[in-house]
Amino acid sequence: MLEYLKMDLWSPYLVGVGIGVLNLFAFLLSDKPIGCSTAYSRTSGMIERVFRGSKVDEKAYYRKFEPVVDWEVMLVAGIVLGSFLSSAISGEFRPELVPALWADQFGPDPVTRIAAAFVGGVLLGLGARWAGGCTSGHGISGTLQLAASSWLAVICFFLGGVATAMILFGAGV
Amino acid sequence: MLDSLRSNERVQPIVGLFIGIGFGFLLQKGGVTRYDVIVGQLLLEDFTVFKVMASAVITGMIGVHLLRSLGMVRLHPKPGSWGSSALGGLVFGAGFGLLGYCPGTIAGAVGQGSVDALVGGVGGILFGAGIFAEIYPKLEETVLKRGEFGDATFPEILGANCWMVVIPAVLILLALLFWIEEMGL
Repeated sequence: MLEYLKMDLWSPYLVGVGIGVLNLFAFLLSDKPIGCSTAYSRTSGMIERVFRGSKVDEKAYYRKFEPVVDWEVMLVAGIVLGSFLSSAISGEFRPELVPALWADQFGPDPVTRIAAAFVGGVLLGLGARWAGGCTSGHGISGTLQLAASSWLAVICFFLGGVATAMILFGAGV
Repeated sequence: MLDSLRSNERVQPIVGLFIGIGFGFLLQKGGVTRYDVIVGQLLLEDFTVFKVMASAVITGMIGVHLLRSLGMVRLHPKPGSWGSSALGGLVFGAGFGLLGYCPGTIAGAVGQGSVDALVGGVGGILFGAGIFAEIYPKLEETVLKRGEFGDATFPEILGANCWMVVIPAVLILLALLFWIEEMGL
């Protein structure tokens, strides 16, 4: 058992089956599909409330998704913790400023990488709420329910993602 | 018993936390909390992300429809439209390619020590989600409702028994996985 927990990597199929089973637990125990992106909306609203006060709660979107710590915010906090546990046990936990693949293409400057990550994050956060879900909410939980909206969204996530990565890395040109 | 657990507002956040811990642990062990692996997928060079997602979808699809046949779970399909699902999906995709993480895997990246995820990415996502809340009333009137098709599932659209869709979908995903392995990707 401990041997397994200490491994750097597991088979992607084993990991996938495990995530599928976790989805079933979410449906069974919480009557919810697993999703991550509304947690960022709620957190963003909570941060804005610090600066602008309760006026934030009047925004139409926050009346729909109240800026409070809910199930999904706890789920995202759990992901941070779970990944920390996994990487700490395997010895893979290490502070990394610039991923290797990025450094190969754009150099090792952390400011460039962090600026790009910020801009990418803005588009990701905007797009996730625009599409009503992310790679987990639509990509896994929605597609497994055979929801039409989720299949369309996940195809567009990857079309946009593949195109952007190909342009950035000059692949296939 | 399940109903009282589901409506217990004190216990539910803890259930969410534990499911999250399991999710984060698995994502990290799968290698999909790494920028290099996610961008490798988007460059169509490393199919780890697809393998993880497809096997999760196969497992969950069979399981959820079985549990539903037994009356133990309800489905919660999201509503969609071309203006929201497709257009929003492409905006998400552009961010996905540039950031190299998604909202779930970035939380895992933070947990394993990726500073670019924590400092750049998470800040960006929060800012982007804030922008959406700001422009939501405008978008709602204009693009979000373009080409609405509701929260329909494929079995509903086809008017078929769910297994008539689940079985072919599972077979297609399995065939894709076999093909990817055959190609050595």
